[in-house]
Amino acid sequence: MTTIANLKKGQKAIIGEMNSREIPLKLLEMGCLPGNQVELIQIAPFKDPLYLNINETFLSIRMETARLIQVELIDDE
Amino acid sequence: MSKQINVALIGNPNTGKTSVFNNLTGLNQQVGNYPGITVEKKEAIIKLSRNLKAHILDLPGTYSLNATSIDENVVIELLLNKKDKDYPDVVVVVSDIENLKRNLLLFTQIKDLGLPTILAINMADRMDRKGIQLDIDLLEERLHTKVNLISARKNKGFDELKQSIIDYQKISLEPCLEASVIDKAYFESLQKAYPNQDLYKLWLVITQDVNFGKTNRNRIPATSEFKPKSDSEIKRLQQKETIKRYQFINATLKETLTKDLALATGLRAKIDRLLIHKVWGYVIFLAILFLIFQTIYDWSTYPMDFIDESFLYLSEFVKQYFPPGMLSDLISEGIIPGVGGIVIFVPQIAFLFLFISILEETGYMSRVVFLMDRIMRKFGMSGKSVVPLVSGTACAIPAVMAARNIESWKERLVTILVVPFTTCSARLPVYLIIISLVIPDERWLGLFNYQGITLMLLYLLGFGTAVAFGWLASKLLEVDFKTYFVVEMPDYKLPIFKNVVYTVIEKTKSFVFGAGKIILAISIILWVLASYGPTEEFRNAEEVVKSSVDLSTMTEDELEAKISSYKLKHSFIGYAGRAIEPAFTPLGYDWKIGIAILTSFAAREVFVGTLATIYSVGSDDEQTIKSRMAGEVNPILGGPLFTFASGVSLLLFYAFAMQCMSTLAIVRKETGTWKWPLIQLFGMSGFAYVVALISFQILK
Repeated sequence: MTTIANLKKGQKAIIGEMNSREIPLKLLEMGCLPGNQVELIQIAPFKDPLYLNINETFLSIRMETARLIQVELIDDE
Repeated sequence: MSKQINVALIGNPNTGKTSVFNNLTGLNQQVGNYPGITVEKKEAIIKLSRNLKAHILDLPGTYSLNATSIDENVVIELLLNKKDKDYPDVVVVVSDIENLKRNLLLFTQIKDLGLPTILAINMADRMDRKGIQLDIDLLEERLHTKVNLISARKNKGFDELKQSIIDYQKISLEPCLEASVIDKAYFESLQKAYPNQDLYKLWLVITQDVNFGKTNRNRIPATSEFKPKSDSEIKRLQQKETIKRYQFINATLKETLTKDLALATGLRAKIDRLLIHKVWGYVIFLAILFLIFQTIYDWSTYPMDFIDESFLYLSEFVKQYFPPGMLSDLISEGIIPGVGGIVIFVPQIAFLFLFISILEETGYMSRVVFLMDRIMRKFGMSGKSVVPLVSGTACAIPAVMAARNIESWKERLVTILVVPFTTCSARLPVYLIIISLVIPDERWLGLFNYQGITLMLLYLLGFGTAVAFGWLASKLLEVDFKTYFVVEMPDYKLPIFKNVVYTVIEKTKSFVFGAGKIILAISIILWVLASYGPTEEFRNAEEVVKSSVDLSTMTEDELEAKISSYKLKHSFIGYAGRAIEPAFTPLGYDWKIGIAILTSFAAREVFVGTLATIYSVGSDDEQTIKSRMAGEVNPILGGPLFTFASGVSLLLFYAFAMQCMSTLAIVRKETGTWKWPLIQLFGMSGFAYVVALISFQILK
């Protein structure tokens, strides 16, 4: 288990439990839900924010939020 | 007698809801504000059939009914208040075919409130290209509603949508999700305690209080049957509700929607690779800013000159053909220039919003936020603050209006507060004339002109101060709403021409009719103060001047100039300027500069014109004014009045002081209270005074 904050550019993962109360509800509403696939598309210069593709919804979030979301890496290789 | 129904247009951001509104209503829309807050309210009345009219309300975009911002809160406040005069008879939820899944979350929530809810799926023209197929009949059955495919871009499907609105009473009110599935025991006890209330509405009232963290509301109290849950339990239930809704939506779309993934184009990735590249992204953004800046600065001078001349001509016309007297003076010298002073801003506002709406429409603005967020966040602002800050270099007024695009109220407020520090074009004439007086026209290392360097330093100073004060303001301000940074990165699209034009018209109108009133009032007051005087000297100005000069050696123009100068000195504002001279002496100014500072409150560039009148040079020619200024003597210290020390002091005063009533008027309009413009007026001008004082005392 790791978090979205540790993904590398182009890496895909499956969202795990979202237990932290600090996670904004808005993120869930935009489709960031347990079981969905997340791909890190791009990291902005200065390492923040992150550009994600979550089940074909494209959004950007800050590092502080990304650290709260647990994911399981998908092994491509 | 024709009947009128209320229709509410609700939808996620980036679904083209505004285009749908524009297509439904045309230009007969009205834009105002919700009472007490600065959220834009757009509405229009249209005719649906021979005896049915509809009042259409375009509500702010929201992702759900769990509001986290003032804008989103407007939606839920309306839907929970049956007594509101805008309470909808029917809701149209606008969604986008490519993001249908996410859009349906909001749809199911509204449907579950027991309102007739039509689902309008926009951008249907993209279905073929994206390989999307939708079983409309089955979707209608699953969602218990009427579904309309529309395309705002191609203007298709609107007759059918209007027909659905007409037939709104046929729509089933059956919910998509029974509220009780969220937590059976809790909802059963809630229903028992309030048997006559709609269960989902009750739940929204509860979550609303939790989301806003407000304690002053009437919370739903505990009864023998109902035990309220803690805030954190409520938050978990909200998460559960979201997940349950997505389960329902996923199941529904699995049956009704098919997507040919092979047709998904890599266009987004290709454009993104360039536009948010760590080097090219910034280069392109700077180039776009440069283009915007050039346009506002350069292109608008032509229409602005034209407006200026037209109003001058109109004044002359009134002077010539109206019977002379106070009324004619008031119209030709007070009202007409006052109105001209408002209209003069229209070209800059129009050009800026032309660009901003194109940037928004294409989806580029979200990329700007992505690129700039990290940098601007340090200074308490948002990635979107960059556009207002840069356009402030042309004029603070459109810049303050441009801050509307910033979602977070705190970041928007900080941006509005600091924008007037950036060096606007009205400061330029003041800077140029003072620089040419006190900074040597020589080259440093034989290369760089000192005067040019000074001007550049002043621009950097303006930007630096804005950013520094942004940091300070963000530390000092406390705002009720905790906002999160979750920004959608929409698909790239070509802008819809109609939307761009509507935005430009609407922003211009809101400036002219909103802030314009205040600007006109203040400019008339300033004119009265400068054109009338309390004493005999003012009333007998002509005789006094005529008797004190040798009439035979003077041309008529020179005499006129002498009289105006004498009148201004003895006008209300002239006396005020002399009364405050002691306050300006430590800064190195005399009472003449004091008067010019007072009058330039109308607009900074008036400074130069006022000095011209006081020195009775009779023309606005810069060289003449300059040589007159160079000859001025400091009344206390002796020696020339404009020295390096007093010049720098004056430059710094103009760099920081809030010397612009139009900016105050627009800030009043955009923030909805006089509090913030007054803080700017006293804070900035006080800061300017202190800095100018220190610099003069050190340099003299």
